[in-house]
Amino acid sequence: MFFEIKDLTVEVEGKTILRDINLSIDKDEVMVLFGPNGSGKTTLLRAIMGFAGYKVIQGEIIFEGERINNLTIDERARLGLGIIYQHPASIRGVKLHQIASFLTKDDSKIKDLSQRLSLSKHLDRDLNQGFSGGEMKRSELFQIILQDSKFLCLDEPESGVDIENISIMGKVLGEYITKLKKSALVITHTGYILDYINAQKGCVMIDGKLWCVGNPRHMFEKIKELGYEKCKDCLIRKST
Amino acid sequence: MKSVKTASSGKVLNTNLKKNDVEIISSSGMDFSQDKRSGSFLQSDNKIEFMNTLYDGLDIIDMETALKKIPEAKKYYARAFKELKRDFPKGTKGGYFIRVKKGTVLKLPIQACLFLKQKAFKQKVHNLIIIEEGAKVYLITGCSASKSAFHAHHLGISEFFVKKGAYLNFTMIHSWKEDTFVKPMSIAIVEEDATFISNYISLKPVKEVQMYPTAVLKGKSARASFNSLILSHPGSVQDIGSRVIFKAKNTQAEVISRAISLGGKVIARGHLKSEVPQVKAHLECRGLILSEKGTIHAIPEMESDYRDVNMSHEAAIGKINKEEIEYLCSRGFTRNQAQSIIVRGFMDVDVLGLPQELKQGIEDLENKTLQSSF
Ligand SMILES: Nc1ncnc2c1ncn2[C@@H]1O[C@H](COP(=O)(O)OP(=O)(O)OP(=O)(O)O)[C@@H](O)[C@H]1O
Ligand SMILES: [Mg+2]
Repeated sequence: MFFEIKDLTVEVEGKTILRDINLSIDKDEVMVLFGPNGSGKTTLLRAIMGFAGYKVIQGEIIFEGERINNLTIDERARLGLGIIYQHPASIRGVKLHQIASFLTKDDSKIKDLSQRLSLSKHLDRDLNQGFSGGEMKRSELFQIILQDSKFLCLDEPESGVDIENISIMGKVLGEYITKLKKSALVITHTGYILDYINAQKGCVMIDGKLWCVGNPRHMFEKIKELGYEKCKDCLIRKST
Repeated sequence: MKSVKTASSGKVLNTNLKKNDVEIISSSGMDFSQDKRSGSFLQSDNKIEFMNTLYDGLDIIDMETALKKIPEAKKYYARAFKELKRDFPKGTKGGYFIRVKKGTVLKLPIQACLFLKQKAFKQKVHNLIIIEEGAKVYLITGCSASKSAFHAHHLGISEFFVKKGAYLNFTMIHSWKEDTFVKPMSIAIVEEDATFISNYISLKPVKEVQMYPTAVLKGKSARASFNSLILSHPGSVQDIGSRVIFKAKNTQAEVISRAISLGGKVIARGHLKSEVPQVKAHLECRGLILSEKGTIHAIPEMESDYRDVNMSHEAAIGKINKEEIEYLCSRGFTRNQAQSIIVRGFMDVDVLGLPQELKQGIEDLENKTLQSSF
């Protein structure tokens, strides 16, 4: 298995947020993670990346056969994990182009992609500082593509982005994932991004637990129709 | 703006100073080739090493000579202190008189350097800078000390007069050593529609610096901005403030200070005082403490008797934000790389409003210092 989580329990600030999570993602496979606000989706991504304060109490995170639980964030990044943040940090005095040039030595790639994502003028600005909501998401997408990770953790890549820009971002992301056969774990509330990437699997997280795995488009339709509460009932019924 | 001057052929400056000293002076911003400079002044201890101007509209003369020969020097001498009813130390020796004549726009900066050479020498200079109506200039002053200048002192008095519609960007780079005592005193009188930008950069160790330069916004629509970038080493005490006094309507000012303590003590003061309504001002102090032993004390002050003013301040002190480090780590930077890029970003020279060439010089200096400090 390309990426695997086994019996993962995660604590934040002494509180258990995730419980006994199991999931697996193949190479060239995209999984969508649904779930209501506060259910633990971001926590899962942050635990995968190894952020301080997201304490693994139990279980394993395995990437390309290697147990990565004890690796630092940058070690995981260098192994091939990448993240788009739901709420990215902004850093004063550090320019977007500095990061871009660190991520790739290919200047033409920086130029082309920044143009496609309408970020040419942002390259000389401080990272995410004063960027609008949509600009921030484009800057995140820009960076993760330059980083060229093998496994992409995308935390609401399209939230706060207008329809036109969703279409631009969606095309860039979809093309990238398909052409380069990337694997990804994608969080979405709106579902818009599903129109652009070919997701094979979906799962729902409720109260820090993963409830089921299924066809993402089908799941999303049901969630829209019935809401998460009903979805929970149904799944509980199914699993018992 | 009457005329825009272009560079005449470069003129290499000669001194009898030792190679070591020339290197130190160069590293604080002096370009001996004068390739990209409008004029130069160098004083070591009491001795004027050279003064040189490459443009008609520009006078650069030592203070004693200026007081004898140039009527304006006499007329303006001590005037800024009188304006604030303040006393100032007498018995100075040397210093520069710089005048940029009406309408003269100098694209290339003027450079000046005050250098300490002998052991225990007490340098005491008085500078006078007059930027006449509509003139525009960048002045870069390097202050540094020879390796042999043990326990030396520097007292620098500066008076700036930025006349109607004129622009002065004054950038001072301090590169002293761990046993130097320094006390600059300066006042700028800024007239109608004029702009005064004062940049202060201190990256090297120093024993003690105490300064509280003041800008008086005297004419309407005058502007001032003070920017300081301070790297404080163990054993250094740097008490550095900036004060703006608003005496006319529609004036604006900004005071920005960035201090990093590697173990030294920084007192970052700021004082905005409006004596009239309709002023706009902002004070910002950010401090990063990178060593347990470091201290940063921010003291922002604001005063106004009027309601119709817009004055604000912002101060933040602490260690590097964990979230910023983690963000960069998730992009593949190591923890050390992340720390170093954040620290460099913190000392961003973009705030100084400098032309590309000068900016680059200061960036290089910063990179060199920061590299050797971590
Ligand atoms: N650092 C923290 N300290 C305290 N509680 C935290 C912390 N981080 C997360 N939590 C809590 O963990 C729970 C899960 O948060 P998480 O951000 O993972 O939710 P989410 O599923 O991403 O929600 P949303 O859809 O709103 O983004 C929330 O109740 C949140 O308040
Ligand atoms: Mg979230």
